[in-house]
Amino acid sequence: MTLMNAVRAETMKLVTVRLWWILLLVLVGYIAFTAGLLAGLFGALGEQLAATPGSAQLPASSLPPIVYSTASSIGYVFPVLLGALATTSEFRNQTLTPTFLATPRRGAVLAAKLLVLAVAGAGYGVAALVASIGVGAPILAATGNPTALDSQETWLLAARVVLAMALWAVIGVGLGVLVPNQVAVIVIVLAFTQFVEPILRFGAAIWDWTARIGQFLPGAASDALVGSSVFTGLATGPAVVESLDWWQGGLVLFGIAILAAVIGSATSWKRDVT
Amino acid sequence: MPAGLPIEIRSLSKSFGAVTAVSQLSFTVRPGQVTGFLGPNGSGKTTTLRTLVGLVRADSGTATIGGAAYRDLERPLHTVGTSLEAASFHPGRTARDHLAIYAVASAIDRSRVSAVLDQVGLSEYGDRRVGGYSLGMRQRLGLAFALLGDPGVLVLDEPVNGLDPEGIRWIRGLLRSLAAEGRTVLVSSHLLSEVQQSVDEVVIIARGRLLYEGTLDTLEAGTRVAVDSPDRTALAAAITSAGASVQTSDDGLLVSGLTATEIGAIALDASVPLCRLDPQHDGLEDVFLDLVAGGEGT
Repeated sequence: MTLMNAVRAETMKLVTVRLWWILLLVLVGYIAFTAGLLAGLFGALGEQLAATPGSAQLPASSLPPIVYSTASSIGYVFPVLLGALATTSEFRNQTLTPTFLATPRRGAVLAAKLLVLAVAGAGYGVAALVASIGVGAPILAATGNPTALDSQETWLLAARVVLAMALWAVIGVGLGVLVPNQVAVIVIVLAFTQFVEPILRFGAAIWDWTARIGQFLPGAASDALVGSSVFTGLATGPAVVESLDWWQGGLVLFGIAILAAVIGSATSWKRDVT
Repeated sequence: MPAGLPIEIRSLSKSFGAVTAVSQLSFTVRPGQVTGFLGPNGSGKTTTLRTLVGLVRADSGTATIGGAAYRDLERPLHTVGTSLEAASFHPGRTARDHLAIYAVASAIDRSRVSAVLDQVGLSEYGDRRVGGYSLGMRQRLGLAFALLGDPGVLVLDEPVNGLDPEGIRWIRGLLRSLAAEGRTVLVSSHLLSEVQQSVDEVVIIARGRLLYEGTLDTLEAGTRVAVDSPDRTALAAAITSAGASVQTSDDGLLVSGLTATEIGAIALDASVPLCRLDPQHDGLEDVFLDLVAGGEGT
């Protein structure tokens, strides 16, 4: 009962401020641009490579998943930001005060927030797929490549993208509880996803033993869950890039999200609201 | 309307690190009257109120509403309405959405949102983002949140802050009428004069300790009343024989130790006509400040 009411209240919190649709617009625009660029670039490049004997071949069948999965491999930072900002704004604007007055069971509030943001993240995933497939497929078709839209594999990938995006939003909430400072959390999210992790993943691919650790990085786990990514699809390191099975990748993401939420709920969420 | 329940603070203590905010504080707030919760800034009022509603965890002691801790209340917003000093709004959200969220969270009928906006005089501005609100409007929105569940107990931290004179008069009337309906009303302030006209009882604290709990009249017994009579000597004699001390001033007598009501009765008994009977309310503020200064010294 309390949880149901809290879920409805958390949903209203999310949709009554502008954050969700601003981030959504940027996400859709960014993914449409990237997917279009990749499809056009490699669609044309594939023809050239095929015409040059002896050069590295990019099998045409690997193109559609690489293009479509940009929805999560590039777009995952948006559900993280949504989850993190939705959570830290409660600290920043001191709305935790009326929230905990209305629902003194703080655990119920956090559970509701995790649930609502998971659904919102899934929604972001659907929107990002509409952008990556909607723009990527026509360009692939125009450059004479397969679109794979009739393949079951493509739609299974899409489903895993939606799941990954939902988990990323949950990670965002966990991160927001762990680091209640809004500015700090934005810096951490952007620095880690755009800079630190790409470097770590690149570096980890050098040796076998580092590659085995590198596959547990959240971005790598997410790509493993989805099953394709512009990073893994184009990697040509000396060592083969290790990758978890899709369900293992999902479990790693889920584990990170729950760990952050549990630590946060035992620290900042429990603290005195003054 | 749920019944007005007593608020009971028992041996409450709370420290933030090395700073003691509240120390062994005990007092009771009864239904059906307005109780002022007074003390200088930093005396522990806000900490006490936040502990009462479960936002701050006490180190020791209890704070209960009708015998129950806030977090154990079946329907918290229906039982206790709270408005705390800090503005707790998302600036990008409208007042109506703000209230609707907490109405939904605590299963309050959505029609209450319009009702309370109306009650605090914000219905016209309800669909505006709160970021554009003046301090006075935020204060009213805080009050609207407190009234949302039509609660029998109201806990208001500095509700007069930021209101214009018309708003202050309005809130005084509102507090009185809420108490007259049988509700428990606890109002904090750092200025006695701010609540003097609307409270029945006061609880005064300084440095987290209780200094005084009781009616203003009793507190006032320590203040002075300016009196005068065509027969000054007879009046002075009557008052002195009642055990109070009298000082002669330029325009009459200054009496300490009796209330204006008691002096009037004494004069009537002694058949001495009065031409002036004027409780020195500045004196009450002085008593408050002396009390607080004493409390700060210990």
